[in-house]
Amino acid sequence: MSEHFPALQVLLPVLTAPLCLLLRHPTLVRVLSLAVTVGCLGISLALMEQAREVGTVVYEFGNWPRPLGIEYAVDTTNAFVLVIVSMIAAVVLPIGCRNSQVPEGREYLFYSAFLLCFGGLLGVAITGDVFNIFVFLEISSLATYILIAMGRDRRAIMAAYSYLIVGTIGATFLLIGIGLLYQMTGTLNIADLAVRLEDVKETRTVIVAFAFAMVGISIKLAVLPLHHWLPNAYTHAPPVVSAFLSATATKVAYYLMLRFIYTILGAGFVFDVLQFDVILTPLSLAAMFIGSLAAIYQTDFKRLLAYSSIAQIGYMTLGLSLNSELGAAAGIVHLFNHALMKGGLFLVAGCVLLRVGSTAIVDMRGLGSRMPLTASALVIAGLGMIGVPGTVGFVSKWALVSAALDQQAWQITVLILLSSLLALVYVWRLIEVMYLTEAPEGAERREAPPLYLIPTWILVLASVYFGFNTESTLGVARAAAHQLLGGAG
Amino acid sequence: MNEVLLSVMLPLCGAVLVAVTGRNANLRDAMTVVTSLVTFAVVASIAPQVMDGARPSAEVLQVLPGVSLAFRIEPLGMLFGLVASSLWIVTSIYAFGYMRGHHEANQTRFFVCFAIAISAALGIAFSANLFTLFLFYEAMTFSTYPLVTHHGTPEAKRAGRVYLGILVTTSVAFLLFAVLWTYSLVGHLEFRSGGILSGHIEGTALAILLGLFAFGLGKAALMPFHRWLPAAMVAPTPVSALLHAVAVVKAGVFSMVKILVYVFGIDFLHDSGASVWLMYLAAASILIASVRAIAMENLKARLAYSTISQLSYITLGAALATSSAVLGAGMHIAMHAVGKITLFFCAGAIYVAAHKSEISQLDGLGRRMPITFAAFFLGSLSIIGVPPTGGAWSKWYLALGAAEGHQLVFVFVLMLSSLLSIAYLMPIVVRGFFRPSPEGEEGGMQEASLAMVVPLSITAVGSVALFLFAPQLRELLLPVVGG
Repeated sequence: MSEHFPALQVLLPVLTAPLCLLLRHPTLVRVLSLAVTVGCLGISLALMEQAREVGTVVYEFGNWPRPLGIEYAVDTTNAFVLVIVSMIAAVVLPIGCRNSQVPEGREYLFYSAFLLCFGGLLGVAITGDVFNIFVFLEISSLATYILIAMGRDRRAIMAAYSYLIVGTIGATFLLIGIGLLYQMTGTLNIADLAVRLEDVKETRTVIVAFAFAMVGISIKLAVLPLHHWLPNAYTHAPPVVSAFLSATATKVAYYLMLRFIYTILGAGFVFDVLQFDVILTPLSLAAMFIGSLAAIYQTDFKRLLAYSSIAQIGYMTLGLSLNSELGAAAGIVHLFNHALMKGGLFLVAGCVLLRVGSTAIVDMRGLGSRMPLTASALVIAGLGMIGVPGTVGFVSKWALVSAALDQQAWQITVLILLSSLLALVYVWRLIEVMYLTEAPEGAERREAPPLYLIPTWILVLASVYFGFNTESTLGVARAAAHQLLGGAG
Repeated sequence: MNEVLLSVMLPLCGAVLVAVTGRNANLRDAMTVVTSLVTFAVVASIAPQVMDGARPSAEVLQVLPGVSLAFRIEPLGMLFGLVASSLWIVTSIYAFGYMRGHHEANQTRFFVCFAIAISAALGIAFSANLFTLFLFYEAMTFSTYPLVTHHGTPEAKRAGRVYLGILVTTSVAFLLFAVLWTYSLVGHLEFRSGGILSGHIEGTALAILLGLFAFGLGKAALMPFHRWLPAAMVAPTPVSALLHAVAVVKAGVFSMVKILVYVFGIDFLHDSGASVWLMYLAAASILIASVRAIAMENLKARLAYSTISQLSYITLGAALATSSAVLGAGMHIAMHAVGKITLFFCAGAIYVAAHKSEISQLDGLGRRMPITFAAFFLGSLSIIGVPPTGGAWSKWYLALGAAEGHQLVFVFVLMLSSLLSIAYLMPIVVRGFFRPSPEGEEGGMQEASLAMVVPLSITAVGSVALFLFAPQLRELLLPVVGG
């Protein structure tokens, strides 16, 4: 059984999705989806275990060897991403599709879309075939557009529509890049690509292919100038969807970037010949500052979180652009850490939306006494965003600054520390509103239900726990980076 | 459980107990007193071991390779721990009198945050490495923020922003940078006798690293990062007393001494001359803050500037990096704590009993509040540094240290600063006792409640008692300088 885990990891959610459409019974569908996400979490943890033992777990579909068949290849890096995706899914899904436009009795539509999105993301992360990546990316993206459009605000539809356009452009760019690579090498398998590209690397076609693929991935990842779809999408989607997407979708895109740069093309080519860091470093730094500054001026809590995500993505790509093992590890560990913090914060937004009816910051006045548990969850997760020691945010900051110092990149070190101070401003604005401002007249004091609070607090407490226990996060990230950079470079 | 861990955890447990019993005010306040007594007993029980040369330690967990959450009690930390935990008892009692006498709201939150801040102070005191110190240093900043903004007024909110803005900015931009830099140079962050940096860094880079540490410790209120301290005076007086005369600011200067002694090493600093600029900056901070204090009309603001000036004594002592100077710096942590807390207690008592906060309103008040003003007088003597008060000894050692390091100009600075502190403290006593009361305010005794008068009397007597206990303090601290 356990040798089929790579296949089950993806097939389970993808096949359950149509099953949900057939079953239609709300409770049944709900329980089934939950069981699937929990099962996927178990599988991803088992895969992580296997990958740590043998290096790379290879699974050939239908026993067709490559390049004929499709191959799944799990090493520490994508096992880590699989764990992040399935963990967040298992934690947030119990909340379900409250606060959305989904009419009663048709919840199964939400669950099947969610499972498709979930399965697609897992597929992107697990597969060892670049065309397969594109296919799964489209599956997850199409499901994502549906999920975003379910937001209870009519603006959600517009947000989904504009994301659809931009996302399709991104996918097309990626496809063009993949096509050009196929043209040059005649293979779609990642391991084969890495070998065969050695001889043709310096050709213009491969350089163009790289450029197309990077732009395509950057759109999905929302790297700074290509980030415009993100704030609207995250703001108007249902809270559970925002929490899930912010914690997983961009993470998978980041993983793709790692895979293309380190495994397929090789760091030597990307950074020394093409000098990709000359573009990526300034863009990352700009994202850190512009994203945080924009977050400071937002009037809506969810929108603030969305802009903060853009800044956090800047930290991840900065780690990548440092072109070192420490830098890549800092980026990888931040995937996990950011997923916990931002997922938790979006769930807090969900609690607020449920009880207050809006996520405008002015409506959060006096939340400290109206919803003490929700407000304190926000405080703890917010301290993580600032990077206070004892939270995961500090671990990320520590790893990233260590990586920058290791390369004697003094300016970058200073900029990282300064930009993290901007987080203090936007988090503290919320805290002042919640604790130091009187609640509006007639506001009811009512805490969110346990169904919301438990997932929120799981993520928040995890963000403290992993602030102290870094062996299973930073330790794994370092191992992953070592494997990634050592395998091909 | 290890008694080192116990002493850090106890105030946290106290915080939980206070939060749970919040509905019943008497029970809640009893919890605070009991916790503070037990905490002090535990801390005090460790002291004899440390005096005998033991270094009780506890490692909680390894967070990163070479970086762990760990405690190790050395003499300097023992001293700070004793000061913080003993004054917590007195301040708690005082706070009950103040908060009730003043009908403050949100008292439960107040005492919860107070206990957390004390736990953070003990964590800083007992930290075995820079990471642990940084962790508790930040915890203290965030746990005291609700205390500073306690009143929730726009003014308190503004002060809270200044407070958090300066303390977090300096700690993240400078202190964290310095910690990480040290880590990348040395590969670990342990505090060790003789320092860890020697041989890893030199020249300008060393001076820059020292600057990052010195300014990163914003709680030491070294100019130009001192503005948060006067701003924090908007808090209720017990907060100003314990936190902004003892725990918070002392956490800053204590960390300064600890880092200069155990990370840089005093011999390394002294030989490389990297800290000369810091001596001059500290001296400037001493004099400028003293002069500013004279100009302050508000009693608490004057005490705040006096604190800034006195804190720089300790920074100066550490920067001089001679054994007497470091000894003096360590002693001054205790001496100034007891003296200044007395002055703040008096300011609070005057505010609650007579509703006066400006110095010009104090005419003749000493005759109606003789105990308070007598205590104020004793506390002032200690701050000025004249016998028979503890402050005399620390100033003596500081001056001796300056002379040892052939930096006679700082002996002069210390003397001048004493004169200035006479100029800003004595007029208050003189007004209280010798000026006639304003029309219609004569009358009999009008002291604040016992819960306030007793603590301030205790600390006033304490600042005299420390004059007699100086030899013990010196003996405790001698191993710090390798004597």
